[in-house]
Amino acid sequence: MGPYLLRRLLIAIPSLLGISVVLFTVLALAPGDPFSELALNPNVPAEVRAALRAKFGLDDPIWQRYFRWLFAMLQGDWGFSFISRVDVDTLILQRVPTTLAVIGASQLLALCIALPAGIYSAVRPYSWFDRIASTLAFVGFSLPTFFTGLLLILLFSIKLGWLPFVYRADLTSTGLTWWSEQIKQTIMPVMVLGLFQAASWTRYVRSSMLDVVRLDFVTTARSKGLSEWWVVMKHVVRNALIPVVTLVALTMPQVFGGAIVTEQIFRVPGIGSLLIDAILRNDTPVIMAVTFVFSCLVIFFNLVADLLYGWLDPRISFR
Amino acid sequence: MQEEAQVRALIEQVREGKLPRRGFIQQMVAVGLTAPMASMLLMHEGIAQTQTAFAYKPTKRGGGGPLKILYWQASTSLQPHFANGTKDADASRIFYEPLASWDNDGHLVPVLAAEIPSRENGGLSADGKSVTWKLKKGVTWHDGQPFTADDCLFTWEFSRDPAAATVTSGVYKDVTVVKIDSHTIKVTFAKATPFWAQAFVAGEGMIIPKHVFGAFTGAKSREAPANLKPVGTGPYKIVDFKPGDTIRGEINMNYHQANKPHFDSIEVKGGGDAASAARAVLQTGEFDFAWNLAVEDSVLKRMEDGGKGRAFIVPSGDIEFIQINITDPWNEVEGERGSIKSKHFAFSDPAVREAMSYLVDRKGIQDNIYGRTGFATSNFVNAPSRFKSPNTKYEFNVDKAAALLEGAGWKKGADGVREKGGKKLKLVYQTSVNALRQKEQAVIKQACQKAGIDVELKQVTASVFFSSDVGNPDTYGKFWADMQMYTTTMTQPDPERFMDQYLAREASQKANKWAGRNISRWTSDEYEKTYSAAESELDPVKRAGLLIRLNDLPIQANVIVPIASRPRVYGIGTKLAAQLSGWDGATSALANWYREA
Repeated sequence: MGPYLLRRLLIAIPSLLGISVVLFTVLALAPGDPFSELALNPNVPAEVRAALRAKFGLDDPIWQRYFRWLFAMLQGDWGFSFISRVDVDTLILQRVPTTLAVIGASQLLALCIALPAGIYSAVRPYSWFDRIASTLAFVGFSLPTFFTGLLLILLFSIKLGWLPFVYRADLTSTGLTWWSEQIKQTIMPVMVLGLFQAASWTRYVRSSMLDVVRLDFVTTARSKGLSEWWVVMKHVVRNALIPVVTLVALTMPQVFGGAIVTEQIFRVPGIGSLLIDAILRNDTPVIMAVTFVFSCLVIFFNLVADLLYGWLDPRISFR
Repeated sequence: MQEEAQVRALIEQVREGKLPRRGFIQQMVAVGLTAPMASMLLMHEGIAQTQTAFAYKPTKRGGGGPLKILYWQASTSLQPHFANGTKDADASRIFYEPLASWDNDGHLVPVLAAEIPSRENGGLSADGKSVTWKLKKGVTWHDGQPFTADDCLFTWEFSRDPAAATVTSGVYKDVTVVKIDSHTIKVTFAKATPFWAQAFVAGEGMIIPKHVFGAFTGAKSREAPANLKPVGTGPYKIVDFKPGDTIRGEINMNYHQANKPHFDSIEVKGGGDAASAARAVLQTGEFDFAWNLAVEDSVLKRMEDGGKGRAFIVPSGDIEFIQINITDPWNEVEGERGSIKSKHFAFSDPAVREAMSYLVDRKGIQDNIYGRTGFATSNFVNAPSRFKSPNTKYEFNVDKAAALLEGAGWKKGADGVREKGGKKLKLVYQTSVNALRQKEQAVIKQACQKAGIDVELKQVTASVFFSSDVGNPDTYGKFWADMQMYTTTMTQPDPERFMDQYLAREASQKANKWAGRNISRWTSDEYEKTYSAAESELDPVKRAGLLIRLNDLPIQANVIVPIASRPRVYGIGTKLAAQLSGWDGATSALANWYREA
């Protein structure tokens, strides 16, 4: 397994380089200018904009800018935002806790719903429970998050006035009040994201359970006289979860990437909203850093998924 | 100069008390000047400012609880000289202060200055080449250090340093500042400057402390820790700042004005969109104040029914207008589209341009689209309806437009579209993506259709439209369309720089990478002459007359069609008493805000 791991890590290097070249080129070719806001303000002479462009090296050829970025990145210097002139790593680190809390909680919620609901649906296919769960799942992943988000706001914030719809990362209260405020403002975004994710995962769990439940070894286990609970948990679920684990592992980078639309609706200061703001303002260093970290995580979690395979199914070996 | 005579007559009326000061300022605003400029005219003529004091009721400092503000664009920087836009300048203004700021009537209000310089107190020199500011004594920075003339001097040096690439350098690079004593500075201009209140005034005048930023000037300015942890003289002190998200501040117990501020803490949350920001103030009351509610008036009205807050509308100098292209945007002449040497197939004829101005239903747009958030205007500057400029007017009249086109030789073809010499009158009309603008486009397209003009509507994403990206064909600077529409903001109080946008040297073209400010590329000899006369005119009243003339020229030539002046729309909670100015940042008088008991 050692050489396998090493090989996979070495393969990752050219992929990351390739990704960074593509990202950088696309960003450089994309329309827009980080200083367009200044252009609209006649108080700011055009020379100021030209000076800023020159100072931040925006007028240099793309390849020069790329290599400058790459060498700085290799030395751990992520650059600084053109807009706020703050170091990019500071900007990202500020947003990691909120992102992990909100998106992480929603993924956990999704798992807590999808696993039991999917398993139970598959054990009793076409029962009433299965039909209701399937209908809800279809409704769930057909409704986009921006729609359910607004719906929840209208209901719980405007009509009922129970929950705030502006997320504040800087709650000043302490102790129990902090917890209650924190939970109140987190419920809606977590629900929106979690239910959407749960809907599709439920379908995956159910179908992969159905594939396994019909196999011979399950019949054998039953004929040995094992209890139904034991058969399902030990023999069916463990095997059925293999594809689900891949799926979950591959969505893990999203926990870091944030949820752009939902974060915007609830004003959650996560990495998704940092990214979208940076894109709208053509703040290249921030876009590069966030997307690059995201690509690293995708590659890393791919590897994790493959390793988990071996653990779940000892027949798979790494060579 | 008939304009100059009119201005003089009005000034005399103010002196004799026949015309209220405010009335004079409104009239000046109506003809293309700004309120600060009009107010300075009066000061120059020796008519004292009469401050309409904002009634500040609290009798002690603090005790007002938290003040919660919502900006749907989050601030990214708290260094005022790096401010990327209004959101950043407003955020910095919570912590930093200028020597003076502009109130809503265009008065100069002292903040860190002991008094406003005038001829009487010796602050203004007779030749108009220098101004002496006396600084307020006993002011301390948030860290306890005293505020002195050295800080002003340092701010000037900091901002004008090209290596720092500040956005305020335009104000400071051509002036000289010297220290007279610990609390007096003298600002000297290269030439006589009738409009002297720019350096150290309002948004561009915020003063930064020397002892904090002294080690971080020029290229090192980006590294200053105080860019994120400001140390100012303002009513609130920084607690925490997350760029692109939240600012938290606490009361400054040593603030230099008695009994102020009222609130114990301040929180500015950023991000999201205008409609939900309006909702958070007007409908749920989660926040006390929301900035720039670019939302349809009907929606605002519905939200106000909740009774938690109201829309607070402040007149300002922002104008929504159409530019008409008189160059050929479709064919290359000397290697560039829209070359200043080319001629537009229809709009080079003044009659067609005039017809177009008759086809813009400004009243309809105001009534049906903007409501309280946009007033129909024929002018480049906002004006209450009773102060219409005598020189320009607007009218919506399809028949007149049709007659004009007929007269110019554009005859209706079989498909209802006019043509001349085999060329159909088909136009492309572009603007940025924005729900209100798309409605305006539809209204104008309909009127054009009736008059026999086929208009194709085009929408460009705002981030592209307003960018200065040389490689993109859809930027407003290139103006490769027959007509385009956007809002121009007249943020600077002196119109001279605003008016340079019809000079030949400013023509936006390939040679200057389309960064020139004359986007419609219209030029006229009379404009050039009047502008250079205004530039060198020392008498402010004469100069005002010339500037009014400059305002009228492009409108009379119909190269621009002003549609509506857009006041600033804020949302405020029912109990909040906020002092706001259309000529300065939203937070420029934050120290005076309080909550009614």
